[in-house]
Formats: sequence, structure tokens, C-alpha cells
Amino acid sequence: MQYRYVGLVAAALAAVALGGVCASAQEAERKGIPAPRGHVFKTIISGYEFRTKETRALQDDDLENPGFLAVERAADVWKKAEGNEGKSCMSCHGEAEKSMNGVGAAMPKWDDKLNKPVNLEQRINICRTEKMKAEPWAFRSQPLTDMTAFVRYQSRGMPVSVKTDGPILQWFERGKQIYYTRYGQLDLACESCHERNNGKFMRADFLSQGQTNGFPTYRLRDQRLVPLHERFEGCMFDVRAEPFKPLSDEFLALELYVAWRGIGLPVETPAVRN
Amino acid sequence: MAEKPRIKLPKEAAKGEIIQIKTLVSHVMESGQRKDAQGKPIPRKIINGFTCELNGKPVFACTLEPAISANPYIQFNARIEEAGTFKFAWTDDDGSVITAEEKIALKA
Repeated sequence: MQYRYVGLVAAALAAVALGGVCASAQEAERKGIPAPRGHVFKTIISGYEFRTKETRALQDDDLENPGFLAVERAADVWKKAEGNEGKSCMSCHGEAEKSMNGVGAAMPKWDDKLNKPVNLEQRINICRTEKMKAEPWAFRSQPLTDMTAFVRYQSRGMPVSVKTDGPILQWFERGKQIYYTRYGQLDLACESCHERNNGKFMRADFLSQGQTNGFPTYRLRDQRLVPLHERFEGCMFDVRAEPFKPLSDEFLALELYVAWRGIGLPVETPAVRN
Repeated sequence: MAEKPRIKLPKEAAKGEIIQIKTLVSHVMESGQRKDAQGKPIPRKIINGFTCELNGKPVFACTLEPAISANPYIQFNARIEEAGTFKFAWTDDDGSVITAEEKIALKA
């Protein structure tokens, strides 16, 4: 009789111990980088760490990663002359591997001429209209997303390093305000999920910190590369809000602020996500 | 969209060695089950077949079905008995064929 109870207690203890191990193992699995002082997170964790091992494997192998189809497409477009000036990206910038190294990691960046920050998509289109005298690419169009991914890919592995001081600070503050404002019928802010509840299991998925280091990212759901502002739109749609327009000032401010929330994370473009 | 498929295989292999071949091709793989914004069905357009030959001899072939997602990734193994050229072919529903070639040498 007594033996039986001993056995039960032992089993219960073992179960508790095992549970503890599992929980901590799961957390230990999510590797992050220590955040700088005054940051909202203690540890900044890439969205990669929240995905299943199958999805991660797809990103880890450059051949399997379907995002590279876009990178390769854009590598050809880089060399192709377009517009009235008869120039290609290469005419001014040379080899992208050298000239674009680190560019994508520091976007969005302040533009003195426009007196506002610009992101990578806008920068590419500014080049097209002003330098190449070519038609700008539409947002969400394949060539623009491909080229954005291609340029950002040249910074792969480099830390996200947006500047938030100087004239851009206003935009940073605006982005922060948007991040913490509740929107839509569901009355949720970005913060509600990605700051307060990240790491928790919601519906069939883990909530991530909402980092942007992998964008444009190949979403398995869409079976194509998705630019950041489309993802923002999707989030706002999901909380049943009226989304801001892609490349609007609101999303630009938010892009800047969210990039800062992931400061120091390595760029993973083209990442693979759900 | 005549894009180059992505293929990965070793440059050389020992006689009798089993090598792994990875292929990835860009394609929409439209299933034919979906409808557009106007409610009209989007016609099916998928890659329905894949073949791989070494020096004209079949190595691997498969049929692809509408449930396969965009940008199909196919991985398979082959035993290498001779040096030569791999020919890959993806057949589209519209009859067009995406082709690619890769050479393999025998280890001395």
C-alpha cells in the first residue's frame, strides 16, 4: 500500500520536473540578443525563433528558400537599363554586393531633400523616377518587392541600425504613438499582441515580437514575398480597423519605430514565415 | 516568366555514389479552385509533370497535382554510374516546358 503511494508521488514529482524542463527548454530555444538600455524588451528576438523547425529549415537552406527566386529575378533587373536615361541600377551603383552592403539595414533613413524619412521601396522608386526617368513600380508589384528584397539581402546578417535622432526623432515618436494606439473594432494596439503577449500561443500560432528584420519575407500563407507595409495592413485588417495606406506617412513612422524595436537583430531578408 | 530554375547537386561524384539533387522552380501553381474578385473561377495553371534524365536515361519523374503550393520544390536521389549531363524539365499546363541542364563529372 505504502509503496504504491511512493510510486505516485515519485511519478508526480517526475511530471513536475519534466514540465519544468519542457517550459524552460522552449524558452531557451528562442535565442535573442540583449537589448540596449532604455529599450522596451530585455531580449530582442527575431520572428525566426517563433516559427516551427520546418519553416526555419526552409529559411536556413538558401536553395530551398523560395525567397531567393525573387532575389535572383531582381539581380537580373539590377543590370537591365530602363527609362529615358538608358540607365540601369548598375550604371550608378555598380555591383550591388558592394554598393548596397548595409543599405537595407539602415532603412528608413532621413532624406534632406524631401525633408522626411524614406524607406527602401520609396528610395528605389525615387531612383527610378529621378535618375532613370522610368516609371515607378507600384507598391506590392512583383518587381518592386523583388528589388527591395534584393537590396536588403545585401545586408543579410548585418545588424538593423536605424538612426532615430535628429530631425527623424519626430517620426520616431509618431511611430511609437501609433504602436501604442488601439485600433479597430477589436480595439487592439500593436503592443497588445507583440509586446504584452509575445511568445504566447494564439489560434494556431505563436505571437512574435513583431520584428521586421526579415522583410520582405516569403509568407507560406501567400506563397510569395510580402513587403512590410502589406503586413502592417494585414495586422490592421485583422483587428478590423481601417488600415493606413501602404507607403503612407503613418506606416513609414511605424516602420521606423518598429525597426528600432529590433535594433541589432541581424537582417534575415528573404526570411520565411507562416 | 522564363526564369532560371534553382538546382543544387554536387559537381562530381564517385562511381556508384548516391547523390542528392534539389530543385526549385518559380511557378504560380494556380489550382483552378479559386475565384477572383468578380466571382469568376481562375483557370487552372500548374506544372503537371517533372522529369530528370542523365544522358537521355530517365532518373526521376513525377506528376504534380493542383494541391501543390507555388514554387514547387522537388528533392530526390540518384546513383551516379557515369559522367554526363542532367536534363531537367518542368511541363506547364499550357504545354510550355521549363528546362535546365547541369553537368556532373566522375571523381578520378
